[in-house]
Amino acid sequence: MPEEDTEDSGEAKARRMDRRRFLKMAGVGAGAVAILALGSKFLADKIVPAAEDPRLRGSAADSWVMMIDLAKCDGCGACTQACNQAHYVPSGQQWIQVYQVQDDAGGSYYLPRPCFNCRNAPCVKVCPVGATYVDPDGTVLVDQTRCIGCRYCMAACPYNARFFNWTTPSYPAEALAHPYSPEEPWPTTKGVVMKCMFCAHEARKGRLPECSAQCPMGAIYFGNENEDAVTNGLGETLPFRKTLQSQGGFRWKEELGTDPRVYYLPARR
Amino acid sequence: MDPKDMERLVAPVRRTTWRFYAFIAPLIGVVGLGAYAYYVQLTTGLGVTGMGNYVSWGLYISNFVFFIGVSHAGTLISAILRVSGAEWRKPITRMAESITVIAICVGALFPIIDLGHPDRLLNIVFYGRIQSAVLWDFISIATYLTGSLLYLYLPLIPDLAAMREGKVGGRLRRKLYAFLSMHWRDSPGQRRRLKRGIAIMAIIIIPIAVSVHTVVSWIFGMTLRVGWHSTIFGPYFVVGAILSGIATIILAMAVFRKVYHLERWIKPLHFRNLGLMMLALDLILIYFTLSEYLTAAYGSESSDNAWLQALAGGPYMYLFWGMVVGGFLAPVFILALTRVKSVAWLVVAAVCVNVGMWFERLLIVVPAMATPQMPVSWASYSPTWVEWSITAGAIAGFILLYAVFSKLFPLVSIWEVSEETPAAEPARQVVPDEVIQ
Repeated sequence: MPEEDTEDSGEAKARRMDRRRFLKMAGVGAGAVAILALGSKFLADKIVPAAEDPRLRGSAADSWVMMIDLAKCDGCGACTQACNQAHYVPSGQQWIQVYQVQDDAGGSYYLPRPCFNCRNAPCVKVCPVGATYVDPDGTVLVDQTRCIGCRYCMAACPYNARFFNWTTPSYPAEALAHPYSPEEPWPTTKGVVMKCMFCAHEARKGRLPECSAQCPMGAIYFGNENEDAVTNGLGETLPFRKTLQSQGGFRWKEELGTDPRVYYLPARR
Repeated sequence: MDPKDMERLVAPVRRTTWRFYAFIAPLIGVVGLGAYAYYVQLTTGLGVTGMGNYVSWGLYISNFVFFIGVSHAGTLISAILRVSGAEWRKPITRMAESITVIAICVGALFPIIDLGHPDRLLNIVFYGRIQSAVLWDFISIATYLTGSLLYLYLPLIPDLAAMREGKVGGRLRRKLYAFLSMHWRDSPGQRRRLKRGIAIMAIIIIPIAVSVHTVVSWIFGMTLRVGWHSTIFGPYFVVGAILSGIATIILAMAVFRKVYHLERWIKPLHFRNLGLMMLALDLILIYFTLSEYLTAAYGSESSDNAWLQALAGGPYMYLFWGMVVGGFLAPVFILALTRVKSVAWLVVAAVCVNVGMWFERLLIVVPAMATPQMPVSWASYSPTWVEWSITAGAIAGFILLYAVFSKLFPLVSIWEVSEETPAAEPARQVVPDEVIQ
């Protein structure tokens, strides 16, 4: 349907691009671009967490890793129990969970799964508000005071390492009196996501995570990758890289590219 | 236009009988039930739903995807037909555009209903991370809602002025019409500018609509989950969205035509053209569905296999085959066998499509989350009364808003249909001549 042309020739003339008009438009265009650029810079500064994010308290000199010897794990669940008690883990959640895995030889072994604190963490990528973040020491933490409870991180985690407070958790009096921090996330409210925080608070004090310290088999080793040494609850220290290499170390679903900080030594070797 | 005809189009706005109130009363009741259920959820926590740490998204997210899909009615019918100059669109554009706005409003509520901390919603603005697909959705849907509102509003202006002049409604509504019609005097200059504005919006709204359901699909597609991590999710979702949008507008046309006696404007031609579009989109969706599931099945990776077996022969069997046979294949046969000539059968097909699409959305969200990622048994999910009540409340709310809209504004664009010359509309013609020229 052709539209009727109501423009007279004078109007058409004025529309022609003469030099003055071109310069004017170029000026307006440059101004608009500048405003846009400044505006988006302002916005970007506002929305991208600044380098001096007060939540980042770990030291970049540390790089925590965990190594779990599956041949030593007998599935007793002491790690889960110790973690649940020390961190007032709300009921229905197991920040470190022990799975029984059927292997190809017809046998089975146990697989303790803390949060893998992935270096390329899918949960951190998808969080819309930066409630889950990576500390300089490599731990993936959740700021439960910022979390909006959309649970996208739970959908994105390939290891089911994240849990949700479906109702208000019940805490004993001493937990309620405890000052909340992402490293020591208690008390928390309903409607936020929880997970293992690699005992960042303990590690920074030079202590082992609760699960590692309480494992009667000494199956869970923890340490600083930069020091290339890991230690278990029985006080045994192993060279980190060499042990992985010589004992066939692997990571769970390594092919996903999430680059976990938790390494396993095979159950049979 | 004949003043008598015009009066017939304004009649639903001018007069409201007891039957309207009798119709909306139960709807208000169901919306109230949904609101009560949400209150229970707010006070107790999301623990009152059937969701858990494995299946951590359920009906709410499915409904979100479904309603945002339905909202694609307006864009397709109205914008694409406007851009392509299809004149027959005129009597149905407003119905389509209003579906869009209402469906976005209802659909966008669901992610908020699903939040554990809805009071922190604004954190998305304060701390928003553009790297997250949730932000893409937030931006895209907000843009879409703004654009759709404008796109609904612009063609309403001349009709609002007509209602102002015709002294329709009581004092409050007259004020509303006077305010919204913005001194429209129907001068040639105003008409030219309005048409240009509508034309620009029609072009802008198409890529926005495509982006909306694409980024909705990317919420799932960007994760590493079996059943979600698929490259065709963007177009797959968009096609499904347009399909359910067309089905919804067919249902709206059938209902409003009967209730408000719009036979003079909504003709067999409209049903036939939309029916053919629905048939075409349904076939494309079947193609995408086949492509999606066959590639997973043929390669037969163990985790893909577990997921597929749960769909085809496990706990989701009835939903899955109900979707494929009842929602996708049955409409093709119904439309083909009736040669898209029977309005009654078209309505049946549209109902099948919408129910099938709702199943499809649920089958995308839930089974992928229930598929074990760790060495555990299958997780189960059955929605509770809270989730069903909120879902029912949303559907009732959608119908309610649409009914109220039909009482405030004429459902057929009066000024646009009065421009048309009846002789230029040969019946049974799918593509009008002016498009071919």
